[in-house]
Amino acid sequence: MKPVVEVENLSKLYRLGAIGASSVRESLEKLFRRGGNGTAPKAATKENPIADDRVGPEPNTFWGLKDVSFTVNPGEIIGVVGRNGAGKSTLLKILSRITEPTSGRAILRGRVVSLLEVGTGFHPELTGRENIFLNGAILGMKRAEIAAKFDEIVEFAEVGKFIDTPVKRYSSGMFVRLAFAVAAHLEPEILLIDEVLAVGDAGFQKKCLGKMGEVASQQGRTVFFVSHNMGAVRSLCEHALLIDGGRLVKTGHPGDVISHYLSASMPKDSEIEGQIWWNGDKDAPRCDDVALRGIRLLNPEGVPQSTFEADKPITIEIHYQILQRLRGARFCITLLTQEGEYAFTATDHLFQSETQLPGSYKTACLIPGGLLNRRNYVVHVQCDIPGERYVLPGAEYLSFNVAGVGNQSSNFPEPWPGVVCPRIEWKVEPALK
Amino acid sequence: MAEITAPPTYEIVIQPSRGWLTIDWRELWEYRDLLVLLVQRDFISRYKQTLLGPLWHLLQPVMNAAVYFVIFWLIARIPTDDVPPPLFYLCSQLAWNYFAQNVTIGGATFINNAHLFGKVYFPRLIVPVSVVVANLIAVGLQLVPFILCFAYYRFFTPHGATLPLTWWLLLAPLPLFQTALLSLGVSLWMSASTAKYRDLVHLNQYLIQIWMFATPVVWPLSKIPPEWKWIALANPMAVPVEALRICLLGRGTLGATEVIVSILLTLAVLATGIVAFQKVERTVIDSV
Repeated sequence: MKPVVEVENLSKLYRLGAIGASSVRESLEKLFRRGGNGTAPKAATKENPIADDRVGPEPNTFWGLKDVSFTVNPGEIIGVVGRNGAGKSTLLKILSRITEPTSGRAILRGRVVSLLEVGTGFHPELTGRENIFLNGAILGMKRAEIAAKFDEIVEFAEVGKFIDTPVKRYSSGMFVRLAFAVAAHLEPEILLIDEVLAVGDAGFQKKCLGKMGEVASQQGRTVFFVSHNMGAVRSLCEHALLIDGGRLVKTGHPGDVISHYLSASMPKDSEIEGQIWWNGDKDAPRCDDVALRGIRLLNPEGVPQSTFEADKPITIEIHYQILQRLRGARFCITLLTQEGEYAFTATDHLFQSETQLPGSYKTACLIPGGLLNRRNYVVHVQCDIPGERYVLPGAEYLSFNVAGVGNQSSNFPEPWPGVVCPRIEWKVEPALK
Repeated sequence: MAEITAPPTYEIVIQPSRGWLTIDWRELWEYRDLLVLLVQRDFISRYKQTLLGPLWHLLQPVMNAAVYFVIFWLIARIPTDDVPPPLFYLCSQLAWNYFAQNVTIGGATFINNAHLFGKVYFPRLIVPVSVVVANLIAVGLQLVPFILCFAYYRFFTPHGATLPLTWWLLLAPLPLFQTALLSLGVSLWMSASTAKYRDLVHLNQYLIQIWMFATPVVWPLSKIPPEWKWIALANPMAVPVEALRICLLGRGTLGATEVIVSILLTLAVLATGIVAFQKVERTVIDSV
């Protein structure tokens, strides 16, 4: 069987700053400068240089994507992972035909539907019913096909009697459900999805993931899935691609690829055994409101380290600076296994004061001993105001290893399944007759 | 719902496009339902929710006709081919307003749809075409004051005798069709240019205003001096406006040369507009 997607040496060159020219004046200025393309508005600067391997052939150009080749077989679910700006979205935009590649080519065998955003083209004045037809048509369906799927879409979206209400009166949850339902029922041979599952509540996310799995396994369709949700990529995909610096770095089993991604994304040089310390450096993660000063992993003696005993507690300290008065912000720590499964997420929300005033602070989370399994974990930290916005977008900063005698007290280091391995009481006794 | 997937009916090849015209006409046809739904969307969003929406379209030509009457008839004394001036102005506006609306909305295709175009692929040409189709509804609304005015002069004034109902009426859609093609061509050119140079949006507005005065909207072709005759030849919009008056009011002067040149110019603008549009469309999303 022929592969359903064939990508050969796909490359995309972007121009920095003056993309084309945004006004006639700039264009004329450029013309009269006689080839002096020295001062483009947003030229690469010292603070924001173009990585060496991405520099394009002309000044102020860079490769958004460079020589990417792969094939996908029918019915596969492919996960695409990589850091922000690595080129994942560029790849998806080219495959969705939103923009053209600079060189190389891709062959897609079958109808393609791309879902780069939930609800693209929805019109607030139109009713749910009208929007289903409009959105379906924008995504490439015929009217008759949409009509045939209509009841299924409405049922999946759980909008019921609101179907003839203008969507501007929908709750955001209903809106998202309806929008995803349309896309999920399109039945293209190839479905391209970008991060759309980041919206919607957990229950609905699960439903969407289930639907995607069903689309691929039962209907033999191919799903191309770009995500930061390592758990979803891991559980859903049979294959993963890691893109970094515009290049395809690794392909293979999702577990291996995610593990490679997470271990490679650790900032090595600044990490000294269980701590990362910026202390006011320019490259510290920061925004207008908050700057991180450092993150430390401490053993019970208060010493930073990166290997911990399974039965000893671990303290994760976040040192940060509030630069502007904030209301309702919280820190969240998510622990992932090196393979990308979520272990748990914890937040200091209940312990934070309602209003945070400028100054230096430290928030610390105490992970009790006897909880984690013997494996590698990655610490993901983010700061947000729930229901409002992200203050500092989440990122993986540190990794550590849990070793020693396991919580199940087995003395030989057998690999034990599970993202955590809590110490649990057992009782064995003679049964009474 | 296990089903055997039919073998993919077509292959999409994505690569840098070369050549002038790479329009996939079959694909455009595949998306015809989208055209219908976009027209429907425009109709609903413009007319369903607002009470004043349709009323505005009735009012606009009437107000314009009143202004033209004062300035061009009472003050400037520009003759109107012996047609009652209000009727003359309402008739010209049927074609001209249709043209101006198409160009104003269609000319900003890439700017107005930047978000949509950045998230989903479909043949971009569908959007300006849908604008041209959707604006026909406004033409229909404009017909109401025109017909009322026509009926008044026909049946209640001595002018009635000079306003015969002839078989020419049936040809009235033809000038409107040419207007549609020409305005599509111009809006494709404008979308392509404003996508690259944002500040041309303002220039385009002036262009439409000036263009109106170069078109026989408030004056008849019969009254321009011979040395200005070339305007009728150089401006492809002159013929449809005059032709519509011939069809509806039985008054106007057009030679075969003017008609043929105008049609050829219209087709040329449309063809080059399509080329310009799709040249921009390929990578426009990298810049807007």
